Amino acid sequence: MTLSGALEIASCTDPGMVRSHNEDSIASDGDKDLAVLADGMGGYNAGEVASGMATTMIITELQQLLEKKVPYETDARSGQAIAHQLLREQIAKANTSIYQASQSQPQYAGMGTTLVVALFYDNKMTVAHIGDSRLYRLRGDQFRQVTRDHSLLQEQIDSGVITLQQAKQSQNKNLVTRALGIDPIVEAEIHDYDTQPGDIYLLCSDGLCDMVSDDDIGLALQTLSSNLKLCAQHLVQTANDNGGRDNVSVILVRVLRGYPAPRGMIGRMMGWFR
Amino acid sequence: MAKLILSMDGLILKEITLSKERTTIGRKPHNDIQIDNLAVSGEHAVIVTILQDSFLEDLGSTNGTVVNGQPVKKHFLQNNDIIELGKYKLKYVNEAPAAQAKAADFERTMVLRPGAVKAAASAAAPAAAPAAAAAGGAKSFGDTVVNQGTTTAPGPAAKTTAQRNAALQLLSGPNAGKELDLTKPLTTLGKPGVQVAVITRRPQGFFITHVEGASFPVVNGKPIDAQAHSLNDHDVIELAGVKMEFFFKT
Repeated sequence: MTLSGALEIASCTDPGMVRSHNEDSIASDGDKDLAVLADGMGGYNAGEVASGMATTMIITELQQLLEKKVPYETDARSGQAIAHQLLREQIAKANTSIYQASQSQPQYAGMGTTLVVALFYDNKMTVAHIGDSRLYRLRGDQFRQVTRDHSLLQEQIDSGVITLQQAKQSQNKNLVTRALGIDPIVEAEIHDYDTQPGDIYLLCSDGLCDMVSDDDIGLALQTLSSNLKLCAQHLVQTANDNGGRDNVSVILVRVLRGYPAPRGMIGRMMGWFR
Repeated sequence: MAKLILSMDGLILKEITLSKERTTIGRKPHNDIQIDNLAVSGEHAVIVTILQDSFLEDLGSTNGTVVNGQPVKKHFLQNNDIIELGKYKLKYVNEAPAAQAKAADFERTMVLRPGAVKAAASAAAPAAAPAAAAAGGAKSFGDTVVNQGTTTAPGPAAKTTAQRNAALQLLSGPNAGKELDLTKPLTTLGKPGVQVAVITRRPQGFFITHVEGASFPVVNGKPIDAQAHSLNDHDVIELAGVKMEFFFKT
């Protein structure tokens, strides 16, 4: 089932000003309405291997599965939403593959990756994330962070050890408490959100949000919303202008119109002929 | 790793590395930092260190703890903070990552698992020393041009341009004569749906980029292409039928 052009997707990725490798990996599919972003870690080239494995596996598997399965239905046996089930299974699969590769190949030892996946269907979006790659939403003039990082800093903020202001000065920015491929089992945080036409969603790696303030990101999304590709390039450029100390990746998704799921007999028949 | 420099009347007495999770300060001998002075309480304050960050907490001392002249109960220590306890001064030194090590090493995301805190901290410490020598190298590396060939990396000379303010003066149209300060990182011009361009304020200067519409903005009589176009003093921009002049403010 395709949403036939309900979404516009633009993306941009750059190694930044300091690093020679790009350990970020991005993938998106405008037909299946999927966006995947991963920020790899681990020595030598292992980081890009981990993030590359994660995005490739998750997007290709989901593309195939979405041909057959309907994300907005619930699974009769487990009572889970199909979208959640699909995401959970594919993330677990990717986790196992990366973990096994890192165990069996000495050059990949200790590699892992953060992940954020957004799947759009039925006027909704399901977001799964692990680590400190983020998803933001611009609705009207409200720009806010949707996902909450799995990081030491976020835990410190939550427990009241430091304030949001102080967090900007912390030197423990780069410690994530969860990542894909580090342990045999990983739990992704999965939530559903309603979408509205006009919404712009931003998936990004920490290379963007560490270098550019949320206000500046929000301003860029608002002013350049009519040209998503330029907006993506501008965000990467701003991160580089501010020092570009890490790889920078962004995926922008704009909801052009509503995309309710075809329901009932007639709706489903229409769906087949589309 | 962060350290404290204990001094009195400008005389340095001791240097203490914050290697423990809790470093206690007080008059009694069991404290990690013992200051034998009646102005200091038995258990005066504690510094809790979590990897690279340190927090100072007053333990209900009689005379209180002062940081940079301000009495504090709890404080997130920053490099060069001065903690005062009576006549004694403790300077907190925790060099910024850029100075201490190559940025790339520090920004590198790491996974933190229960029990891994110690390992991560000790791994970061030896890495800092050799990388300090490489810090100069990292800087020159940043000078290479990365983006689309139209941009140059921010250098010290370019930085001064960024501090310069610029403005647009409308030369034609109903608002002719009006001035528009370019203070925001992004300023959009034109009519949405017809023709829109954006002026970006960057460390290297100001750039105009086409955003939407069939026709491109015209600078000094020549239409620009899809790339960002660098603006010079007194450039004349034509957009959606309106002429305007770009100039730097002094």
